[in-house]
Amino acid sequence: MPDETPVIEQETVDRVRIRFAGDSGDGMQLVGSRFTEASAIFGNDLATLPSYPAEIRAPAGTVAGVSSFQVHIAGSDILTPGDNPDVLVAMNPAALKANLADLAPAGTIVVNRDAFGERNLQRAGYQTNPLLDGSLRGYQVIEVPMEEMTLQAVEDSGVGTREGLRSKNFFALGLIIWMFGRPIEPTLAWIKRTFADRETVLSSNTAAFRAGYNFGLNTEQFRHTFQVKPARLRAGEYANVTGNQMVAWGLVAAAQAARLPLLYSSYPITPASEILHELARYQRLGVRTYQAEDEIAAIGVALGASFAGRLGVTGTSGPGLALKSETMSLAVMTELPLLIIDVQRGGPSTGLPTKTEQADLLMAMYGRHGEAPLPVLAIGSPGDAFPVMIEAARLALKYMTPVIVLSDGYIANSAEPWRLPDLEALPDISVPFGDGLPPGDGFLPYAHHPETLARPWAIPGTPGLEHRVGGLEKEDGTGDVSYDPANHEHMVRLRERKIAGIAADIPDLSVDADEGAELLVLGWGSTYAAIHAGVRQARARGARVARAHLRYLNPFPRNLGEVLQRYPKVLVPELNRGHLLRLLRAEFLVDAVGLNKVQGTPFKTVEIEDLIVEAAGP
Amino acid sequence: MTDEAKRYTRADFQSDQEVRWCPGCGDYAVLAAMQTFLADLGLDREKVVFVSGIGCSSRFPYYMNTYGFHGIHGRAPAVAAGIALANPELSVWVVTGDGDALSIGGNHFIHAMRRNLNLKILLFNNQIYGLTKGQFSPTSEPGKRTKSSPTGSIGAPFNPISLALGAEAGFVARTVDTDRALTMELLRRAHQYRGTALIEIYQKCNVFNEQAFLALTGKDQRLENRINLRHGKPVVFGRNEEKGVVLLSRGARIVDVAEIGLDAVHVHDEHAGDPSAAFALSRLSHSPQGPTPLGVFRDVIRPTYEDELQRQLRDAQERPGPASLGELIRQTGTWTVAEEASG
Repeated sequence: MPDETPVIEQETVDRVRIRFAGDSGDGMQLVGSRFTEASAIFGNDLATLPSYPAEIRAPAGTVAGVSSFQVHIAGSDILTPGDNPDVLVAMNPAALKANLADLAPAGTIVVNRDAFGERNLQRAGYQTNPLLDGSLRGYQVIEVPMEEMTLQAVEDSGVGTREGLRSKNFFALGLIIWMFGRPIEPTLAWIKRTFADRETVLSSNTAAFRAGYNFGLNTEQFRHTFQVKPARLRAGEYANVTGNQMVAWGLVAAAQAARLPLLYSSYPITPASEILHELARYQRLGVRTYQAEDEIAAIGVALGASFAGRLGVTGTSGPGLALKSETMSLAVMTELPLLIIDVQRGGPSTGLPTKTEQADLLMAMYGRHGEAPLPVLAIGSPGDAFPVMIEAARLALKYMTPVIVLSDGYIANSAEPWRLPDLEALPDISVPFGDGLPPGDGFLPYAHHPETLARPWAIPGTPGLEHRVGGLEKEDGTGDVSYDPANHEHMVRLRERKIAGIAADIPDLSVDADEGAELLVLGWGSTYAAIHAGVRQARARGARVARAHLRYLNPFPRNLGEVLQRYPKVLVPELNRGHLLRLLRAEFLVDAVGLNKVQGTPFKTVEIEDLIVEAAGP
Repeated sequence: MTDEAKRYTRADFQSDQEVRWCPGCGDYAVLAAMQTFLADLGLDREKVVFVSGIGCSSRFPYYMNTYGFHGIHGRAPAVAAGIALANPELSVWVVTGDGDALSIGGNHFIHAMRRNLNLKILLFNNQIYGLTKGQFSPTSEPGKRTKSSPTGSIGAPFNPISLALGAEAGFVARTVDTDRALTMELLRRAHQYRGTALIEIYQKCNVFNEQAFLALTGKDQRLENRINLRHGKPVVFGRNEEKGVVLLSRGARIVDVAEIGLDAVHVHDEHAGDPSAAFALSRLSHSPQGPTPLGVFRDVIRPTYEDELQRQLRDAQERPGPASLGELIRQTGTWTVAEEASG
């Protein structure tokens, strides 16, 4: 911390949770992500949780229009964005009102005092001014005239009042950066880079940011600042990455590993659109993106590209997955590789488009007409998207099958530090294009490999291997249209066996178990962090517990049945009404119990922790 | 091309599958024309891909000894777009019907025109749902009595040519299944065209809609009703070319040439940048009960999707920016944790 402020008491803490909240037009997501980046570069471990309204601009100043970004920084490894923030930055009364209930007891509130005029109080539904009526007595409130200070700071930048006020989020950022002893250089560099071609914006944002930092430095209003020491992360090179960004990187890596050009075809949908945005920027790497006219076209184009020998990928969210259903069955029937990414959100229907949920699992498993099994994988955290995309591509290509990868709104938008793997040493997952197969009449497009049961992938342009595929049932071997009853049953079973057989080609489920544990907590997808943290807390309270997390939901790992039998109690936390639970009970006749939540938000650690302690006992 | 053209016969493009259309179906004629056309063309067989949706005509790929993809209802343009994007070297043909392209697949159909991918779309229009046994289609004439419309269908039909022109199509043409010479000529023109080419093929369904195109195919009627569009020529028709088409501010009208003089008759320009004249011609007939234009309505050069994409990909190579995944990731700002890092 700066030496020139010896009067300020500096508190060293292991972890702190900060929530930035403001109107959706106030730039809180930007402030949150900049603070995250500064913390990441400082070396803290971190996890984030952005939350924003479904409307692009809900009425200004109302609770409905509040956007927030929570970041959890720590000096030791952390898993979740944290349940309750220790510090709340509230840019207006609505932001205070919407977030106060979550604030930790005796937490710190930094408010933009200038926004607490009568009109804003009214819009937020306050009868009296909470800054004056004593209702915040239990907290440490720091009132900052952010708008006044910002306008003073930007005076020389040549911007008007309206524009100048836009920089107040950078003032807030500067103040919080100071409060937590982050370096200012990364943010200054970022501002310079981002606004390089808009001189006045560059100058006003820089001035506001510095003013915020200096305000902290010079005012005596702060009783203390926090220091969160760098985490003990494994040595290596790290990037701070969101789940959607990582899906994009993972796809680029998967295409390289497969030695295939990538074609990502998608239709805009929250919260999956950023995957399209990200990949659209990678033309220099040969990535092709296609914004289709609808969800059905998006998967159709991806499947066509696969037929022609590309790594065809489509991405969407639940409503779009429903629309893609028919084409997924076609991909099953034509036995072509295809990746389908579903970034789940709250449903049914438009539901909670910006919130998270895990309620598409059964649709991913069974949401197709006819007997149409396909592999289903789930991403457990932003960083996990990288290996999962490569693995999904490996399975799709090796077994000539569509593969669904489940992500969700939480993974999509939250960030974590990710240790770069050796990018020069990606696995080779390439497959031959029917090379060396007998041309002409000897070519059997539906001949199935004795081990994998995959058919050959002969692509248009290859002389002598001309053939037709399609949605009508195929005769095994020749691929001719066949209505033969016995052939149909044979083919249904063959397709089923092919997917089931993948179990032999995936790792066993590993279990993190205490000696003598009788309770297994089994999860999948984005609950990884909350379950892991909940188990850790429960252990600290003396509970003996086993924990496992599924990446492969279809087929299940081979040892899953045996693992389930090992524990008399099985708890399955899910952000749905019990999808995995049903699958486990049906498949293994196990009396598992669900912990289910459908509020559009991730589990809080404590929710899982308490249930574990209750079930496993200290 | 001349040497190569000899290397195929029609039989080279016939698959070993038994053709299962109803006897007398108009699809047979188009299939034969296509097989002959491709044999004459001499294009590498492995570079030809047929893509279809669902419906009688959509069985077409199974009967062609090329690469083929029989997709699902209405979605052939999407699958075909993926194939064309994946490999611009391929000659990609979409075979679709009036229900497939204009009803369940309407969205993909219009967007294919708009984008101008290098696709050749053959729209077999028999004005009926044949495969599902005879319901009215989006091109059936109003009041059509079918199993699903026993008291007559309600609503205006689509005019596929008008629709395609409205969707910015650069190549739009129409033929009729019985006119092999015109069909072959239009296949050739569509193949040469760079971009999405639409050929509407009036095709007889002899089971459910036998009389639909009699006005254009019947021995007596066809001379009176066929308006053969020829580039640079006045639009005249009739036994003795006694009828002509004029363009008025309120649209195209049929007149007696003798009355207004040949000079006043509209001269067809396939390459006109503005599609208005082509559109006016398309409005002469909604379902071919009377005088109906056949031939090329429009043939204009538009940038293709693939060319634009290739240009973007090339430009991207020349611009500074990350050239590998590692550079891409590092550009977002990475940091290194040393071996001994600790609090």
